[in-house]
Amino acid sequence: MIVHRTATRMIAVALVFITGLATAALAAEAESSGVPMPVIPMGMGDSCVEDTDFMRRNHMDMLKHQRDETTLRGVRTRQYSLVECINCHVVSGPGSEAVSASDPQHFCRACHDYAAINIDCFQCHASRPETGASTAGHAAGFAAPAADGVSGDQ
Amino acid sequence: MNMNRKPKDSKTSADFNPARRSFLGAMATAAGVTLAPGVILYGISKPSTSSAKPLDAAVSNEVRWGMLIDLGRCDSGCDECVSACAKENGLRGFDRPETDAQWIRKVAVKDPQTGASKSLPVMCQHCENPPCVDVCPTGASFKRADGIVLVNKHTCIGCRYCMMACPYKARSFIHETLEDQKAHAPRGKGTVESCTLCVHRVDADRLPACVEACSDKGGGAMLFGDLNDPGSEISKRVATYATQQIRADLGLNPGVRYRNL
Repeated sequence: MIVHRTATRMIAVALVFITGLATAALAAEAESSGVPMPVIPMGMGDSCVEDTDFMRRNHMDMLKHQRDETTLRGVRTRQYSLVECINCHVVSGPGSEAVSASDPQHFCRACHDYAAINIDCFQCHASRPETGASTAGHAAGFAAPAADGVSGDQ
Repeated sequence: MNMNRKPKDSKTSADFNPARRSFLGAMATAAGVTLAPGVILYGISKPSTSSAKPLDAAVSNEVRWGMLIDLGRCDSGCDECVSACAKENGLRGFDRPETDAQWIRKVAVKDPQTGASKSLPVMCQHCENPPCVDVCPTGASFKRADGIVLVNKHTCIGCRYCMMACPYKARSFIHETLEDQKAHAPRGKGTVESCTLCVHRVDADRLPACVEACSDKGGGAMLFGDLNDPGSEISKRVATYATQQIRADLGLNPGVRYRNL
């Protein structure tokens, strides 16, 4: 009995290992050919305000929370502000001008097009930094130029 | 009991020491600067301004923002406030004067009996009891704790009841698809909007664009400040001089007052 149980366990472990290998191989295959994956442009800073995995799953909740805090209560912290997302995740098009959300290369659209999710943020919000101002234009609106590094540092 | 439990830094305290206080003040300022991240720097390094609000703090009802407009200094030919507003908030006309967005406008009034005429800038009057807030079916039209009346465009459905309710014709509806708005003034098709008292500037301890333009290029007719603070310039002036609210009979208690009307 004991021998039999050990053998079963070994087979199970081997199966899990093989399945894992197969999955990894499939994923690698998908990335190299066949299934299209979204091309996500890099942000300008060293790192995002949170880990990439966390941002992928939670950015919408953070934006929604910040939106109510700012609109209703006047909280103006910049770490999770949409304006800072736009300033950092800026994509330059031909002619080095930042692309707007009408361009499929736009940071937000790169993923949202792929996932077939319509967002309406940019019906009201600017989807690119102000021309010729980028972050400086934003700093003018929020007064404290010394706070520029905050979003990248934390 | 309470008399014995005064705060330690109370001025009546026996061990009050001006030198110690200034030293502590300097330390606080130094700490604010060296700690660098914006919130602390902003909050501690400007202790003299009573209205300065840290970026992470919510607005409070201890302040009530208001404006006093001295029509004796407002020239009928001047529209610096109107153009400054348009520039600050990215308002662009579509050559449709009937529906183009208008947050502040110059209104000419004339007394038919005497012929006396005035030109007054009229914007959202930021009422204490705003009728636009009463009628809004979604709660999108709201009054912030500090008295600024705003539209939350996330919940505005564009029904325009507030435009009907406002006795000052202060609100506009956006009919066109917009692009490249100002980062601090999001606005989009299908929502109602009006003067925000430049809330993004006020939160950063700056003056509204119209007030700044009026003092720089106009007659210096506009004064912005905290009506709840008895020491503020605006409170002193409304206490000293006779000022008027437009349609005061409606009992809305607007935050915008006029002098020499």
